[in-house]
Amino acid sequence: MNINLTLIGQTISFLLFVWFCKKFVWPPMVNAMQERQNQIADGLAAAEKGQEAQNVAEKEAAELISKAKTQAAEIIASAEKRGNAVVDEAKTTATSEKERIVASALTEVEQEVHTAREQLRIQVSSIAVAAASKIADKEIDEAAHAGLIEDLVKQLKAS
Amino acid sequence: MASENGELTGAGYINHHLSNLTYGQLPDGTWSFAHGAEEAASMGFMAIHVDSMVWALSLGVIMFWVMRRVAKSFSSDKPSKVQCFVEALFDMAQDSKDSTFTKQAKNVWIAPMALTIFVWVFFMNLMDLVPVDWIPELAKLAGVGYMKIVPSTDVNVALGMALAVFIMILYYSLKIKGPVGFAKELALQPFGKYLIPFNLVLELVGLLAKPLSLGLRLFGNMYAGELIFILIAMMYSAGLGLGVLGGVAQLGWSIFHILVITLQAYIFMMLTIVYLSQAHEHH
Repeated sequence: MNINLTLIGQTISFLLFVWFCKKFVWPPMVNAMQERQNQIADGLAAAEKGQEAQNVAEKEAAELISKAKTQAAEIIASAEKRGNAVVDEAKTTATSEKERIVASALTEVEQEVHTAREQLRIQVSSIAVAAASKIADKEIDEAAHAGLIEDLVKQLKAS
Repeated sequence: MASENGELTGAGYINHHLSNLTYGQLPDGTWSFAHGAEEAASMGFMAIHVDSMVWALSLGVIMFWVMRRVAKSFSSDKPSKVQCFVEALFDMAQDSKDSTFTKQAKNVWIAPMALTIFVWVFFMNLMDLVPVDWIPELAKLAGVGYMKIVPSTDVNVALGMALAVFIMILYYSLKIKGPVGFAKELALQPFGKYLIPFNLVLELVGLLAKPLSLGLRLFGNMYAGELIFILIAMMYSAGLGLGVLGGVAQLGWSIFHILVITLQAYIFMMLTIVYLSQAHEHH
């Protein structure tokens, strides 16, 4: 076991290695490890945030849905109401229209009846005149009795 | 298997395995590789164990190469298995520092240093699990007479690292406590100002014991382990029965040694942190 220069050589090598490790090996590795630690921490934080955001979103969505449901119910109710109103209105309109039509038809019928009666009276009167003239052709002088006949016609017209 | 002059003895085999590839200055002043243990010893301090240094540095470079590569291809989404393993090592180093190092002081060098120590010492110890003859025999084929592949079984390596730790202890003691504070700590404890010489002796011994025990603990454990491996390897050339027994013994010792090499690397790291923590503490 000779103690010799190897001792010094090893001492210098050792100090050099420690220096080299501190300068060139330790920092990149430790930094990379630290960076990853931060990444993981950030990732976990982000995941938590995401979870929270999801919870909030779910709550909001539920609220929106319930709101929409009430709104829909309201809309349906009002639509029903409106429908009923429309139907009622239509019914009223139809009834009044019917009455109007019936009334106008009655008027028309009355007018027809009146016209027919008028014509009938004219015909009856002319027939009466014809008949009377036929009977009185020989006895009545048309000129002498014209006034009488005219009164008769007038009377017929009036009745 | 043979020692330098070709004899196939057990002692020669062991000695060969425990000799480093030494390059140094011979007594006559020339520089060359040592041929045999005696020549290596005659070189004295002006010699260097080429195998220890090459293996130690290569293992360190491999270690940093792997770590740099992992750091550069770092993926948060799809970490590779190597990345997970390296991350665990970084965490371990940081945790050891956080749990042991004094809270009074902040020092960003401690954790990287702990990592370097643990992984490097572990790698150097790990070479112990390579069967003892493989690489020395390969080296012999390549014309290299000696090849000791476990740097931490070289007392120079273990004590060299301990010396570096000692330098850091002194540096931080002086830096944090100041020369006066450090001197006071050495002189006035544990028995107060009337026993300063005694205190000084006690504290200096304690101070020097730190790096010595640190280095020798690692060296002793690894050296003993290596020696057992060499002894087991000798059984292979002693007949079929002993050979099979040797195989079982090597397997058992290797498995046990996985624990030892990890533990020794960990102890070296933890003690370094503790010593440097003490250097940072005010009293």
